[in-house]
Amino acid sequence: MIDLHGFEGLLLQGTIVTVKLTFTALALGLVLGLIGATAKLSDTAIFRWMGNSYSTLVRGLPEFLVVLSFYFGASHVLMMIAAKFGYDEYIEVSGFVAGFVALGFIFGAYASELFRGAIIAIPKGQAEAARALGMSSFQTFFRITLPQVWRIALPGLGNLFMILMKDTALVSVVGLEELLRVTAFAVGRTKEPFTFYLAAAVIYLVLTSLASFGLRHLEKRASTGVRELAS
Amino acid sequence: MAENDTHLLNVEGIHKRFGGQDVLKGISVKAKRGDVISILGSSGSGKSTFLRCINYLEYPDQGRVVVDGEEILTKTGKGGMLVPADQKQLARLRARIGFVFQSFNLWPHLNVLENIIEAPMQVLKLSKKDAIERAETLLDRVGLADHRNHYPSHLSGGQQQRAAIARTLAMEPDVILFDEPTSALDPELVNEVLNVIGSLAEEGRTMLIVTHEMGFAREVSNQTMFLHEGKVEEQGSPDKMFNNADSERVRTFMASHIH
Repeated sequence: MIDLHGFEGLLLQGTIVTVKLTFTALALGLVLGLIGATAKLSDTAIFRWMGNSYSTLVRGLPEFLVVLSFYFGASHVLMMIAAKFGYDEYIEVSGFVAGFVALGFIFGAYASELFRGAIIAIPKGQAEAARALGMSSFQTFFRITLPQVWRIALPGLGNLFMILMKDTALVSVVGLEELLRVTAFAVGRTKEPFTFYLAAAVIYLVLTSLASFGLRHLEKRASTGVRELAS
Repeated sequence: MAENDTHLLNVEGIHKRFGGQDVLKGISVKAKRGDVISILGSSGSGKSTFLRCINYLEYPDQGRVVVDGEEILTKTGKGGMLVPADQKQLARLRARIGFVFQSFNLWPHLNVLENIIEAPMQVLKLSKKDAIERAETLLDRVGLADHRNHYPSHLSGGQQQRAAIARTLAMEPDVILFDEPTSALDPELVNEVLNVIGSLAEEGRTMLIVTHEMGFAREVSNQTMFLHEGKVEEQGSPDKMFNNADSERVRTFMASHIH
């Protein structure tokens, strides 16, 4: 097997950071996506405008730029706010926080489009039946609409999730010691780029394969009762 | 709101416009406990819209709906439409007005039993055990005891509609509105659904039925009303409506619909 010159532990740590970053960004992104979709479908024009601006903005900018903006912009904004309260020290936003917020923000913009499409795809009668039985709009959304949105949006979300997992590498630029950054570090020390980039590639492939396996399982579960329609 | 009204359902002067078109031009109906009222008329006469205005699935522009002495509270919204003023009150009253849809509208991600226990648990706050007990009795009654674990997509249209009726009955509503309950069914499946509705009429349920099944309407209802272009053309006993209606239009309609 390939000799990693004692950097196995570091690569493992980097992998763990990558996985953590992916899942925290995913959680934030799903919430932002649902909020964005609800805003886009709102009866109120200002909410629709905000929802649409969100995805237009994020889709129009390179991910790399969004990550940089969150890292440098966030400290800048926080310092400005803090200065108003008489606090003049330098505030640094950690690479992890800036990274997961930026990636979650990007994921949410794309997910909001998927969720919007999924909500529209559910026949209106589904919600009407719930309302006619006396269920509140809240109950109707969480018990009737959302489980079906989930089923319809899942394949698309799976794609976004894969892209998210790979986009975590962008956060290496702000100094977060995720997989790609520790790999580059190991390359610098050992002068063996091929070995380490290959190792990193294998690790990314293992992660994405596990993810697609998990997604297939979720899709199967989510399509209970509608299998023949889904196929 | 202590009005002296013996009617279980009192709907007065419903007006509804869709994009500049007057769809309903002041329709009223009163139902006492045990009344079975059939609403007839050709397509586009406003029958379904009227039914949907009763439980505010559609917001009327004018009129009022009183359920067992309690009026659905409204305020004037955009474009002069009446919108519900109190969502909680509306939900509470909707729970007492069952609604059976033409296209069943069962929830595809839940099996038959889950479809039936959902609203009793969420709205009436029944325990799961009590809700299941209630659902089982109803499944027996609509002849679907063997299908409780099936998903809607595995059922025929007739079975789906019977499950939807059981879902409505599980709320123990005071009034049930049927919106063309058999229009989406293959002809050979119509009777199994009509039999269930007929048996509900026999046990004294209060029901409003929009239907094109003339023979059935004549048999089960004690009152009929005929709508034409958003107005009540004629109203009365089924006997009169089907045999010697005053309106020429109704007589022509009946002649072409009864074979």
